[in-house]
Amino acid sequence: MTKEKNNREIVIPGEVIAKGEEYLPGEGTEKIGNEIIAIKYGLAEEFNRLIRIIPLSGVYQPRNGNVIIGEVENITFYGWVVGLDAPEDAFLPLQEVPKYVSKDGLSDVFDIGDMLVAKIVGITNRGIDLTVKGRGLGKVEGGIIIKINPSKVPRIIGKEGSMINIIKQESNCDITVGQNGLIWIKGDEIENELLVKKAINFIAEKSFASGLTDEIKDWFEKEKNEGKRSKK
Amino acid sequence: MTAFKRLDGRKPEETRKMEAKVGVVPNADGSAMFSFGDTIAIAAVYGPKKMHPQHQQDPEKGTLRCNYSMLSFSVSERIRPGPSRRSTEISKITEWALEPILMIKKYPNMVIDVHINILQADASTRCAGINAAALALAHAGIPMKSLVSSVSIGKLDKQLVADVNKDEEDWEEGEGATDIPITLTPRGEITHIQLDGKITSQELKEAIELARKAGKEIYEVQKKALKESSNPEKK
Repeated sequence: MTKEKNNREIVIPGEVIAKGEEYLPGEGTEKIGNEIIAIKYGLAEEFNRLIRIIPLSGVYQPRNGNVIIGEVENITFYGWVVGLDAPEDAFLPLQEVPKYVSKDGLSDVFDIGDMLVAKIVGITNRGIDLTVKGRGLGKVEGGIIIKINPSKVPRIIGKEGSMINIIKQESNCDITVGQNGLIWIKGDEIENELLVKKAINFIAEKSFASGLTDEIKDWFEKEKNEGKRSKK
Repeated sequence: MTAFKRLDGRKPEETRKMEAKVGVVPNADGSAMFSFGDTIAIAAVYGPKKMHPQHQQDPEKGTLRCNYSMLSFSVSERIRPGPSRRSTEISKITEWALEPILMIKKYPNMVIDVHINILQADASTRCAGINAAALALAHAGIPMKSLVSSVSIGKLDKQLVADVNKDEEDWEEGEGATDIPITLTPRGEITHIQLDGKITSQELKEAIELARKAGKEIYEVQKKALKESSNPEKK
């Protein structure tokens, strides 16, 4: 882990994070004069002179390109209305499903109450548009879904997927993390799925700490030993 | 002039013991508690979410909606629960005090709901409410220019004091009591000022100076609450 990463610090709105021309304002910050000022509450991080803030709480703000997990709330003539646990509902049009759907067979593809993995393709003032064309997108079948605070999602995934890959390896489960905080876990055995759930809650609880990726390896080691002991 | 004595033995510029905590309401998107001695306020923030009813939506910017209410057991004689003339006024005042610091242009057609409840009242409830609301909004991840700190300055006869309590509010000697709640940013910009009673312009200037001093102390308490909330190791 680099030194910069350890310098993460909690900042509050209005606080001056850095002074001088060499820094650039990133997400959650603003440049006033030659000072970088926080406009959100969260962890300030510096990377390649860019200062950004990782929020610690709050509701999910949809963004273009995000993969999300949503629930079908309604069926219209042209597509599905999907709830994302965000301020606005999203819409999945008929054309964005990678197969032929007859006009009266919409509920055979996705019915009300079904969960689906989708990608946000457009945010306009009329609403959010989704697609299920693409690898890993489509209906959620089997497994369990858990919810965490959306601001903790980056910690669950880790840098370039480091954290989520460890969990996948250790548990032999398929895990899909939606940016809106919903996580779909699918494994061969329910025990493995529950272990993943426990691991994710563990990370979410400790999301402020640094060096978590190493810690989670030890955590799995410990959990597995305990599991063996209880089986005996 | 001889040293002025306050009823509870505080110095004129001394506030009551302050306490602040964030994350007190797990169901809310952001929440906080703030207290001045026996005055306790909790604030919970929900949203940003779609404004309902639809005709109140503002396509230009987001809306802040505050709801101040004193719980029926907050004072020694039970007060009727529900909105009253006083609570509607304070709700509006709180909105005006907080709006200048919020950066909610990016949330068109949406609303941020702030619910402020007074658990225990011993004067300065609107100030405690605004302080709690500012913390809760920050905790909810709403973009803000800065926090705000609110304090009530009182004029008891001719003496200016910071953070009045109920006994001081009812002061009757000499010129009586004047209550001036002031809300300001850490830089000293005023977002809200109210005044009821009599005061000269010179005294008002002194009152604002006193509020700036007290505001700094309150800001430190708020800052500490936010910085420590996500770090249970320090507790």
